[in-house]
Amino acid sequence: MGMTMTEKILAKHAGRDSVSAGDLLVSQVDMVLANDITGPPAITEFEKIGRPVFDKNKITLVPDHFSPCKDIKSATMCKRMRDFARKHEIKNYFEVGRMGIEHALLPDQGLAAPGEIIIGADSHTCTYGALNALSTGMGQTDIGAAMASGTTWFKVPQAIKVNLVGKLPRFVRGKDIILTLIGMIGVDGARYQSLEFCGEGVAELSMADRFTICNMAIEAGAKNGIFPVDEKTIAYLEGRVTDRTWEAVTADDDAEYSQEITMELDKLVPVVAYPHLPENTHPASEGGSIKIDQVVVGSCTNGRLEDLAQAAEILKGRKVCDGVRMIIIPATQEIYKEAMRLGYVDTFIDAGAAVSTPTCGPCLGGYMGILAAGERAVSTTNRNFRGRMGHVDSEVYLASPYTAAASAVTGYITSPEEVMK
Amino acid sequence: MSKVWRYGDHVDTDVIIPARYLNITDFTELAEHAMEDAKENLVENFAAGVTPGDYIVAGKNFGCGSSREHAPVVIQVKGIKCIIADSFARIFYRNAINIGLPVLEIGKDVEQIEAGDEIDVDMAKGEIKILNKNITITCKPLPEFIQKISDCGGLINYVKGE
Repeated sequence: MGMTMTEKILAKHAGRDSVSAGDLLVSQVDMVLANDITGPPAITEFEKIGRPVFDKNKITLVPDHFSPCKDIKSATMCKRMRDFARKHEIKNYFEVGRMGIEHALLPDQGLAAPGEIIIGADSHTCTYGALNALSTGMGQTDIGAAMASGTTWFKVPQAIKVNLVGKLPRFVRGKDIILTLIGMIGVDGARYQSLEFCGEGVAELSMADRFTICNMAIEAGAKNGIFPVDEKTIAYLEGRVTDRTWEAVTADDDAEYSQEITMELDKLVPVVAYPHLPENTHPASEGGSIKIDQVVVGSCTNGRLEDLAQAAEILKGRKVCDGVRMIIIPATQEIYKEAMRLGYVDTFIDAGAAVSTPTCGPCLGGYMGILAAGERAVSTTNRNFRGRMGHVDSEVYLASPYTAAASAVTGYITSPEEVMK
Repeated sequence: MSKVWRYGDHVDTDVIIPARYLNITDFTELAEHAMEDAKENLVENFAAGVTPGDYIVAGKNFGCGSSREHAPVVIQVKGIKCIIADSFARIFYRNAINIGLPVLEIGKDVEQIEAGDEIDVDMAKGEIKILNKNITITCKPLPEFIQKISDCGGLINYVKGE
């Protein structure tokens, strides 16, 4: 029987000719990731084992969540991770100033490649499926153990095949595709499964779109999301993955799927996920009565250069509405610099938006844009759970950078088509 | 008498332990915020009212969201004997196994258990008894490999023993 992309990667890393859904196996991993929240407890678990790190080149540590440190407690956590990185000579430790939001940073630094397995103590580790890698989030105990062993256990997931067909409308992007899909299947629609994207519509998507889509696979409960490799993937990898060869995987024609879904891209519209679940998807054009207080553009979901370009396209020559605070967070230093070179940062500041150094900050209600009781935000982040961005009685509406920027201009949830007509 | 703390579907890790407290590294202190943002907390405060040996019973997709292991940890610190749910989100489930917190996934049968019920769980047999209703629910045993991790008291001991 044929194998899916995910099954092929697992088989290779477990040293087996074939695997099928439901198999439990122990697999080698190519990269182990942790951040400033999950890193310190992972280090505690690692130290209980009493072995050296399995490979100092295959561990990545990124202080991005509460960093640059927001208080003494977070500074203490970051220091613990920094000290550990020094002691074990961890090659890929990224200090403030070189740091970026981990799931934008790793691909940009060439730390994820097709066919590889990357595990991280962060649920959005699934982002690198955009590069045809198998990547997934785990807890700190798993990550602490893997830092010593270089292996982890997996249950081979069943897969849902998502067939993308047709052309993307003008203001519809990857965020609209994944929010629409989660709206269709629900926040547990892909629970324990793999979301495998395929079809002619893949060619329509930029790498930024694919990162956004795989990033939010977890919001449908998936273990991972994964795309095949095409010319755009190869172009992205050029000059980034330079120290090793990689091998792309493709799904066999007779691979088995638990479900097949076809998404007609032509029929999609800009959407917004209302509180308090990412599955509460509504057309952005229907949100006109919902008044907002804050807009955030950034995060591991939508903080890439293309995302900033889309926000800038809307904000060029326009102003953020009175009564709305807009916060824009380039995901890495490289993206920040490019956004300055291309004039996006000028556009943002002229429009009255705040631009921040890379941080996860507001997405998880950490700092740098916390909501008070009763406040509402439109955000390009990934979760709109109760209290996610601040007070338990605040609300988060998830949207694309186009829709977020359009909403910032009007002060209400607004479709980009409305502002740009 | 042990109490059943009853929750609905999609209880996410942000309500189990809000990220605003994740700069607290002492898990006993952190556990004082367990379930703080759950809407059920408005009715009865979990962290203040829970006693060791109590149970959490929930609907679908318990523990969805973040990979933060702090979520099962604070529940464990508060002395919850077992979490019983229709289904669990995969990272939470894995994290619970890894730290030795018992979790039982029993599907729709969970609807038979209500707040205020008196239950008894036998993990080895895979049996849940609802004593006041005279109902016994049987559940599938854990896969052998997972059971081994659980028997070792979690993943770290398992890896150490390898």
